[in-house]
Amino acid sequence: MNKQQAIIQTRELTKVYGIGDAQVRALDEISVEIEENEFVAIMGPSGSGKSTLMNIIGCLDRPTSGQYFLAGEDVSDLDKTQLAVIRNQRIGFVFQSFNLLARTSALENVLLPLLYNRNGNLSELEHKQKGLEALKAVGLADRVDHQPHELSGGQVQRVAIARALVNDPVLILADEPTGNLDSKSGREIMGLMTDLHRNGSTIVMVTHEDEIAAYAQRVIRFLDGRIDTDKLNGKKNGQQLAVSIQKEKE
Amino acid sequence: MKPEKIIKIASQGLVRNKLRSLLTMLGVIIGVSAVIIMIAISAGAEATIADEITSLGTNLVFVQSSFSRAGFSSQGGSSGGLVYNDAFAIFDEVNGVTGVVVEQSSTQTIKAGNVTIEDVAILGTTQDFPSVRDMTLAEGRYFNQAEIDRDQKVIVLGSSLAEELFGDEPPVGQTVTVGSTKFTVIGVFDDKGLVGDVDYDSRIYMPITVVFQKFTPSQIAKFAGDRVRMIYVELAEDADQENVILQIELLLAKRHNVSLEEPDFAIQTQDDIIQTQEATTEAFRNLLAWVAAVSLLVGGIGIMNIMMVSVTERTREIGIRQSVGASPNDVRMQFLTEALLLSLVGGLLGVIVGVGGSWIFNLTGGMRTVVVPSSILLAFGSAAAVGIFFGYYPADKAAQLDPIEALRHE
Repeated sequence: MNKQQAIIQTRELTKVYGIGDAQVRALDEISVEIEENEFVAIMGPSGSGKSTLMNIIGCLDRPTSGQYFLAGEDVSDLDKTQLAVIRNQRIGFVFQSFNLLARTSALENVLLPLLYNRNGNLSELEHKQKGLEALKAVGLADRVDHQPHELSGGQVQRVAIARALVNDPVLILADEPTGNLDSKSGREIMGLMTDLHRNGSTIVMVTHEDEIAAYAQRVIRFLDGRIDTDKLNGKKNGQQLAVSIQKEKE
Repeated sequence: MKPEKIIKIASQGLVRNKLRSLLTMLGVIIGVSAVIIMIAISAGAEATIADEITSLGTNLVFVQSSFSRAGFSSQGGSSGGLVYNDAFAIFDEVNGVTGVVVEQSSTQTIKAGNVTIEDVAILGTTQDFPSVRDMTLAEGRYFNQAEIDRDQKVIVLGSSLAEELFGDEPPVGQTVTVGSTKFTVIGVFDDKGLVGDVDYDSRIYMPITVVFQKFTPSQIAKFAGDRVRMIYVELAEDADQENVILQIELLLAKRHNVSLEEPDFAIQTQDDIIQTQEATTEAFRNLLAWVAAVSLLVGGIGIMNIMMVSVTERTREIGIRQSVGASPNDVRMQFLTEALLLSLVGGLLGVIVGVGGSWIFNLTGGMRTVVVPSSILLAFGSAAAVGIFFGYYPADKAAQLDPIEALRHE
């Protein structure tokens, strides 16, 4: 079970909200493994537990019981400060609502995780260098000083992806990354995610659109706090999609 | 996190909300400048009083009428306060007295040649005035006892008044009309300058008997005779102050036919007066300090209010920071530092306003102010303390936010 390359490994992960009769088991003994360089889509109706799982594997929340290993490290019982360190150094978040700081330039937004990096002993200049590289990687080298309100939705989400990348995380968590975008920008963002995956990133993405889930290699469906299905996307299907993206880019 | 990073984050937060930051600081600015200005005003008042009292001369005791007990007595004696002759009695009969001065003032229009000046202060005094009050003559002489006794129409001028009336001409020997009476100038004082709010250089000095005769409103003169408000007694340098005071008390009690338990006069030394005045200014200063402290407190509550609003408004921002790795302590430090920066920058601006304001008060002559350096430190220090004290609760509230809730906040 303890494979070296497992990025996410949960054992009977359970999250219970409320007490007594009002108890809700949002997650019911979930055991799942996600390996390095996997691209996983998590789907399910609202209330199925997919958001709760994302919060726990994103170290924003703690399970009621069960264990969660992130890259081999048990993070189930860490306190708030330790979790903050894990989020900072191990995880990159991409949110549906972007969650950039307003009135703050793209570059400064991207640099935000570096600001809270405790272990880094990089100079300010090296930080800036890393931020610029991240922005370049998402194709926004010419929008460095733009503030979020001066950018299109797709560009804002790309800034958010650059921010997620800047600390070289072991895991990228995307929560409906295209939910607030038009379909064209959405395809651009998914293209970018596919590129990241191809370059070795491990991505876990929540979505309720089959079209978006089709970009992933593996789709896990949730229902009532349990895993309903866990399937690999047909390879053929994935390739077809990749081809169609290429076409639209051109 | 490194302090410079925290300061950077906090100052970014403040700069993004410039107007709100400025308005928040206003309370602290007012509080701190109030502390500095108020302490400067009371220090200025104290310095003025000390100057006034020492400028009266040295080694003086002051004998004052006190009507409070005896009132204007109808039954024999002269009970009802000091009279002109008491001064001579003190000089003649009390050992250790080197000079006695009584004063009676008035205000008159004066004329010399074609120069007319209205509302000139007239001071009727006795011959010991220059020595008791440490005044020296630039030209001529002061009047003597014989001239006082014979109500001679002679005057000595203050230096600036002499120049106003006669310019470059020598004033001694000239004639000045005071009211409707002609006087001969016999002397001019050296510059003494402004002491407190009394300009010694713009006054006319004449025998007190002439003031009684010519310039005291007739009803009062009839009713009160040659009453004087105060007698200045100069003591010999080796005189025993307590002994002299006792002699004066016994003498005046006998002359006024009153008991020592219910005197119609009061005797004070310079130290007594300084102490009384200091007690007054201290009460004044305490009051001002309370007012200033209250305004600082209000400023602090202002900071807390704004920080509370700010934490609520910026819940989403806090969530974003938490998601990229800000720990509860990082968030706490950010908001605490914002509050601290607000109060420190506010304090600094308050110091500038306070020192500048004190300076302007001085310059416009409205009030004498002395900026006390320790008051700057005190005000600045309390502003910082206020920032930490009132900033902690909102900062802690921010730190306790749940990242998931915070990210969901609209």
